[in-house]
Amino acid sequence: MEVLWLSRLQFAVATFFHFLFVPLTLGLSVLIAIMETAHVKTGDEEYLRMAKFWGKIFLINFVIGVVTGITLEFQFGTNWSRYSAFVGDIFGSLLAIEATAAFFLESTLIGVWAFGWNRLSKKAHATVMWLIAGASTLSAVWILIANAWMQHPVGYTIRNGRAELTDFAAVVFQKFAVLEFIHTVSAAFILSAFFVMGVSAYHLLRRQHVSFFTRSFRIALVFGLVFSAVEVLEGHLHGADLAEKQPAKLAAMEAHWETSTNVPKYLLALPDEENERNTLELFPLPGMLSLLAGHSVDAEVTGLRDIPGDERPPVLISFLSFNLMVGLGFYFLLITVVGWFKRNRLTESPFFLRIMLYSIPLPYLASELGWTLAEVGRQPWIVYGLMKTSEAFSPVAASQVAFTLVAFVAIYGLLGAVGFYFMARIARRGPLPA
Amino acid sequence: MVLQTIWFFLWGLLWAVYFMTDGFDLGLGSLLPFVARDEKDRRAVYRAMGPIWDGNEVWLIAAGGVTFAAFPTVYAVMFSSLYSPLMLILFALILRGVSFEFRSQVESAAWRRMWDAGTFVGSFLPAVLFGVAFANIFQGIPFDGNGVYRGSLLTLLNPYGLLGGLLFLLLFLEHGALWLAVKTDGPLHDRAVSTAKTLWPAVLVAAVLFLGASAAATDLYANYLGQPLLSLVILAAVAGLLGIRFFLRSGAAWKAWIASSLAIGSATFYGVIGLFPAVFPSSLDPAYSLTAHNASSSPLTLKIMLGVTLAFVPVVLAYQTWAYMLFRDTVHGEEEPDVHY
Ligand code: HDD
Ligand code: HEM
Ligand code: HEM
Repeated sequence: MEVLWLSRLQFAVATFFHFLFVPLTLGLSVLIAIMETAHVKTGDEEYLRMAKFWGKIFLINFVIGVVTGITLEFQFGTNWSRYSAFVGDIFGSLLAIEATAAFFLESTLIGVWAFGWNRLSKKAHATVMWLIAGASTLSAVWILIANAWMQHPVGYTIRNGRAELTDFAAVVFQKFAVLEFIHTVSAAFILSAFFVMGVSAYHLLRRQHVSFFTRSFRIALVFGLVFSAVEVLEGHLHGADLAEKQPAKLAAMEAHWETSTNVPKYLLALPDEENERNTLELFPLPGMLSLLAGHSVDAEVTGLRDIPGDERPPVLISFLSFNLMVGLGFYFLLITVVGWFKRNRLTESPFFLRIMLYSIPLPYLASELGWTLAEVGRQPWIVYGLMKTSEAFSPVAASQVAFTLVAFVAIYGLLGAVGFYFMARIARRGPLPA
Repeated sequence: MVLQTIWFFLWGLLWAVYFMTDGFDLGLGSLLPFVARDEKDRRAVYRAMGPIWDGNEVWLIAAGGVTFAAFPTVYAVMFSSLYSPLMLILFALILRGVSFEFRSQVESAAWRRMWDAGTFVGSFLPAVLFGVAFANIFQGIPFDGNGVYRGSLLTLLNPYGLLGGLLFLLLFLEHGALWLAVKTDGPLHDRAVSTAKTLWPAVLVAAVLFLGASAAATDLYANYLGQPLLSLVILAAVAGLLGIRFFLRSGAAWKAWIASSLAIGSATFYGVIGLFPAVFPSSLDPAYSLTAHNASSSPLTLKIMLGVTLAFVPVVLAYQTWAYMLFRDTVHGEEEPDVHY
């Protein structure tokens, strides 16, 4: 049992840390590619300086994303060997496809991009960044298909004591995977947009490199606005899909106890797991939860009391992570709309700029909360409805897992501190003079 | 089954390509403190690996991923049995990757020395540990019928395992020295060549010892006795080793590096062929051994993955070759504006 808990903790540390760097790779690569392309199209040197400046930050972020991903690739075997043996026929192939189709391309081209400024034509160099962006997104496609399969297994049969593939297309094209992909990549684009806007705001507040950072800010603003809108709309579809596929998660994240129709959504509530009720329920929106989950105010929504006690996810964590994420989602939309109206007089809006500067961490928080909801809300299952997390861990010594857990925390802590310090330092120093 | 056999050898091939490519990065990182005399030298060493190490490392990810996809039971039992050495390798690779990136961020000798040490440890440890792990796999690992490892941490550090670690380290050092010789000119080039020459007899002795010890410690030769033609792979490994010395004498560093790649690739296949059909043999009871036949994925998955691999790996090889060609000129340690590091 110790091994189970240590392994869960270790996996959580490793994935949360990896996902501190993943979103910026996904989004900033696209923004840099846009800047380089603008340089090729207009010949304006400032776009080139922009690509180089943001590119420096990008490279540090990328390397940490890569090295923390490699451990994850092997951790399914080291820490979740029974899981790996059970699902490898399907899950393993998705990981292998990710490596051959996406990782090779992104990791080979990153070297070409970083060292190739004087060896490639401008156009070819910009194309390399587009390919890096494409390959990163492709890697997200495959890993999220794998994750969606754990959330909602399809296209398999149980044979030889394991899940064997019967329908590859069903696995790849299932709705859950599509929703998860759009949601996660939009989240990454929002995060990158806020990163670029926040750093730009820092310099605009000081009225330095004004043209440079106004341009950077505006490119990011369009990006952030579009994907914040996508995120809110698509998030609702995601929630409605859960009503059908993971009723336990939906009930937990909404703290909904009693199966009923015409269920309101409370803007403020506080679940009490012990007594299977909410200690606080304020500001009801009548019928709203039924409407969101079942597309009709009369729709029935399963409550937690109708789910066996040992198949319920932790309610408080699911509930809080969901509601905080949603709150942040609306905030991102609101503040980018405000930004749209201020886009032509940014330097005259110091208050707004300050808000944008301090908003840099918020999309990081929202993304990690989203994963907390998706993964903790799936418990006690590791593969929803098929295999419990408690059946999945490796038969290894608890001391080994404990020791490596400590090492993960120490090494990642140090790595994160140094990495973010350097990113912040480059960001604060600003671009090289023209 | 044909599919399983194909996958067995593809699996071996991915590991072989990983050792042939990232092997020289690991070797060169381990040589850094010894061949580089000043900052200019060190920058040249980093520049020799800079644009390509990350792409090389993906062969490891692919080898791991393909183990998972084609032989899930092996992935599960191998990586949980080898828990500690594997984690150590991964931590070392993390250290190596960030050392490359962080060292250039601060203009301070002490700071750079710290990350140079990181590069050394992060290269040296994996080089040795991959050897220890693979030698132990050749020999058999003590795990039971439920895939539970019955050994201790020290079980793997037996004489044959350690010999494997030494052999891998020497092969990679030689490979790295040759790569540096290819990529540089002037005194650094000369030092790289003389390092390669000095290391060469040690590589040869370790290889001969390993071939001999394998007869005593493993069953690798059973397949070769049944099918003597297979011994060609051993000849290829030996030819590669001799080729290194031959081309070094004629001053053709590039060809010597190719010979070294041949030696490493053939050495990997020497083990892989000897193992067949076992992928991960048990030393407790041959009945527990995981083989290409009892540990593979379903035929459908193997077919799909074969299609994916045959479609993508040639493309990968094509653009990786392009990247190597793009950076084929000799490197110098000068600071260049606009170039990373
Ligand atoms: C939505 C996106 C996403 C998610 C959920 C994950 N990753 Fe990741 N991963 C990426 C998106 C990504 C990326 C954008 O492609 C990275 C991040 C930074 C980078 O450089 O590439 C990457 C790097 C990366 C690498 C190094 C690849 C290379 O050398 O190019 C590996 C081996 C993994 N990841 C493996 C995993 C595993 C096993 C995960 C599951 C637990 C995982 N990642 C979650
Ligand atoms: C990168 C973003 C991710 C984060 C932050 C994350 C977070 C977490 C957390 C916190 C847990 C532990 C849940 C618990 O024990 O209560 C977990 C479990 C797990 N996740 Fe993820 N996850 C991420 C992505 C993925 C992906 C993409 C996959 C698969 C492709 C995956 C596979 C797993 C597995 C196998 C477990 C098993 C361990 C367990 O259930 O405790 N995760 N994850
Ligand atoms: C109103 C807005 C939002 C709604 C309704 C919403 C809804 C959801 C739902 C229902 C899930 C769980 C899906 C599952 O269990 O698999 C989820 C997951 C997630 N959310 Fe949100 N979300 C919103 C905003 C955001 C924002 C702004 C971010 C980050 C910037 C974000 C990041 C994530 C991530 C990374 C996941 C995990 C991956 C996934 O399951 O797709 N979400 N979201």
